[in-house]
Amino acid sequence: MARVQIKNVSKSFGVVRAVDQLDLETGEGEFLVLLGPSGCGKTTLLRMIAGIEEPTVGDILIDGKVVTNLPPRMRNIAMVFQSYALYPHMSVYRNIAFPLRTRGVDKKAIKEKVNWAAGMFGIEHFLNRKPRELSGGERQRVALARAMVREPSVFLLDEPLSNLDALLRASAREELRQFQKRVGVTTIYVTHDQVEAMGLGDRIVVMNKGLIRQVGTPEAIYQWPADTFVATFVGSPPMNILGEGAILTGFRPETFLPADFVKGGDGAVTYPFEVTWLEYLGAERLLYGNVGEKSHARHVVSRLPGNVSLPISAGETYHFAVLRSDIRFFDRESGLRTNRSPS
Amino acid sequence: MSRMREGGDRVLEVKSGIRDRAGLLAKLMIAPAILYVVAMIGIPFIMAVMYSLSDATTGEPNYRFVGLRNFGAALADPVFRLSLKNTFFFALVSQTLVIILSRVIATALMKEFRGKWLARFLIMLPWTAPISLGTIGWLWMLDSIFSPFDWTFRRLGLLGTPGALLGPMQNLYWLGQPGLAMASVVIVHIWRLLPLATVIQLAGLSSIPKDLLEAAEVDGAKPWRKTLEITIPLTVPIISIAFLFGLVFTFTDVTVVYVLTRGGPIHSTQVLSTWTFFKGIEGGDLAQGAAISLFLFPVLAGVAILMLRMARKREVV
Amino acid sequence: MKSVRKLLRRSGLYTLVGSFAFFGAFPFYWMMIATFKRDHDLFRPENNPFLFNEPPTLDHLRLLLFDTHFLQYLLNTFLIGVAVVIITLIAAVPAAYSLARWARGWGETLGIGIFLTYLVPPTILFIPLSRFASGLGLQESLWSLILIYPTFTIPFCTWLLMGFFKTIPKDIEEQAMIDGLSRLGAMTRVVLPLGISGILTVVVFAFTLSMHEFIYALTFISVSVKKTVSIGVPTELVRGDVFQWGPLMAGALLASIPVAVVYTFFLDRFISGFTMGAVK
Repeated sequence: MARVQIKNVSKSFGVVRAVDQLDLETGEGEFLVLLGPSGCGKTTLLRMIAGIEEPTVGDILIDGKVVTNLPPRMRNIAMVFQSYALYPHMSVYRNIAFPLRTRGVDKKAIKEKVNWAAGMFGIEHFLNRKPRELSGGERQRVALARAMVREPSVFLLDEPLSNLDALLRASAREELRQFQKRVGVTTIYVTHDQVEAMGLGDRIVVMNKGLIRQVGTPEAIYQWPADTFVATFVGSPPMNILGEGAILTGFRPETFLPADFVKGGDGAVTYPFEVTWLEYLGAERLLYGNVGEKSHARHVVSRLPGNVSLPISAGETYHFAVLRSDIRFFDRESGLRTNRSPS
Repeated sequence: MSRMREGGDRVLEVKSGIRDRAGLLAKLMIAPAILYVVAMIGIPFIMAVMYSLSDATTGEPNYRFVGLRNFGAALADPVFRLSLKNTFFFALVSQTLVIILSRVIATALMKEFRGKWLARFLIMLPWTAPISLGTIGWLWMLDSIFSPFDWTFRRLGLLGTPGALLGPMQNLYWLGQPGLAMASVVIVHIWRLLPLATVIQLAGLSSIPKDLLEAAEVDGAKPWRKTLEITIPLTVPIISIAFLFGLVFTFTDVTVVYVLTRGGPIHSTQVLSTWTFFKGIEGGDLAQGAAISLFLFPVLAGVAILMLRMARKREVV
Repeated sequence: MKSVRKLLRRSGLYTLVGSFAFFGAFPFYWMMIATFKRDHDLFRPENNPFLFNEPPTLDHLRLLLFDTHFLQYLLNTFLIGVAVVIITLIAAVPAAYSLARWARGWGETLGIGIFLTYLVPPTILFIPLSRFASGLGLQESLWSLILIYPTFTIPFCTWLLMGFFKTIPKDIEEQAMIDGLSRLGAMTRVVLPLGISGILTVVVFAFTLSMHEFIYALTFISVSVKKTVSIGVPTELVRGDVFQWGPLMAGALLASIPVAVVYTFFLDRFISGFTMGAVK
């Protein structure tokens, strides 16, 4: 249930700044997601919290204690690696027991705890098997059991679901979230999958090129992105961004609908939308096309809910609109969101 | 595709040529190697067995079957028994030390440091130079009069004066005294096989995923526990392979013993391979030589089986 | 405090590595000193053996190169090496490719079988082979060695090459066959060029193996001019009972160092081939 604090942490590998002057603080028992493209520094940050990497500058505190120079074993943290890092020559039982043995726990207590952890994840019936005999989902649960058996104060996960196939991933996500809510351990979770991040996190830290772009709840990040990077990274398809002047205009595909459906609020802005391509996805239709005069055409996407049966065909131009309250403005130079509007 | 030419004398069938028939092509491609191996290894091996059961010599090469007489004669011969003992002794002692030392070097070479390429080159030198030539260098270093080791010991006062730790004489007779000669042979074996074992151990150590060692750290393991419970168990198969290779090389070695001591003094460094050479080739007693050499075979066969088992055992991580 | 510990650990590492490097290289340093030391300096036990007490000399080198058959030995060794490499490639490359690609059951057993023959030592084979050689009238001829050396190069190189070929994805060949080549064509024009690194490694390895070989050469060749460097240097640089240490060390050094340099370049490739073969 500990808090993790990151104070002005930077990490350089030679001339490359992997992590650049970060400040961050988790809540107690919070599920915090570090989200960003590969190379953004999220895994490096996680590894520094774990103690496997040392910050070049700055401090890391766990539960109010400075742990920056302490090795991993003194930090009372647990970690699940992307590859699960199960010891291949040990049985599942011995894998889970390992963190207890390193702390000198006696055999009887070990047995109790291993059975308890195994029970939590439903893997009691193959304690005697070796990792290579297990499926991906089963291995993941062993990795989780091994992490939880010590009842750590901080729980770190590095893309633990990316090795599972798509179907399994969704149910694994749900199980993981419910488990964390039950146990209440402070969790920091790294992923590049923004759907996963939105589904799991209490708060999300969006990172790019070693910097934090935004920290907020999923709703805050989605509805009020701090800059164009967050706006286009989160959300699939990404937010539409248009404009030529100093201020850019942005709106999400699902807010860009046929003009007849867009009513109310402070009024709407209309655009002539020339559809060039359609995708029928069942629950929705994605319309790709251009707005603006031919000479300043901008590529946008519209997300039409499936129950809107309006016939749309490629090559035609339609009147589409966005509610004013759904439009966001961004400064072209800095990318940051701004309240100014293009004049 | 096949076509029949009508009205002709012959039926012309155009099949896809040899170049496409996988099965036949495969067999053709393996044929030269198989033929060579059978002709130059298989047949001579059988001949060796036959010789061992005969009484042929280079003077009288006619074949006469005499059963297991040669084997019996060998076992009764004290020089043979000594050779047998020495063969095992040199192999086991040198390779055990090689495994331990190569593990240490390999662990060191896993780290980054300046001048690593130079260190690697120098450490590899004994393996990359021809065995006989490296051994000749040692022959000179272990000379009974001019050895630099003796000179250093004399300078340090460990040798050459009455009451000195290593003795009052001017020189240690490295190759002239049975005990020291045996030690010298073991040292040269270690010297020349250390590089190969190091290379193999390096490969083994590099194949352990970094993840596993980091997970162990996070799980609370101190360095000694990481080594004992993770690194060593996962590298046991490859260490065994290095050990077995080294055993084979020392077991069958003729060069080091021949160049260094010729088997002396008084056969104290004689091994099966050199004894075979002296008896069978230099001495001309083909049958006896063949019999002596065949004593190696069961051990080598056993080693081969162990090697295969170990190769299969490598953990799929 | 951390930096002091780090410094200690670093110096410990350097000391360790240094000692092993010293252990490995010292005999060669020794050879080099002896090569250039005057006899008068060399054969005085009181003189410091590690340094030149008198100015260095080229006499030993001169004697080696002009008064002995050393250059002839080098030539013999080179000719044998080249011939053996050619024979090895002819046998091992197709066999390795075939075994790597099409091994199904019997193929794998054959592959293991070929490798195991490497473990049959010269000690067992040289007596029957010497009868072979004299039967064919090849005693005292370089050809006897050229014919016999492949007994160890072919098994080992086949095994090494198998490992290399296995790393070339099957897809590429299949693509080539779709693009119009026959199986054989796909092999020669697509796979072999990709496997050049492995083949080069095998060439170097086979050459050095044949250069290092001692026992067969000792058995089959006793005429001085026909000797290889491996047996020539240790046996011929003796006048009566006395070793001519200067020229002897010179010969050993000259024959060792170039090979060592080339070999080291290929060491990395050799290592990966070795371990790939071991993983099967």
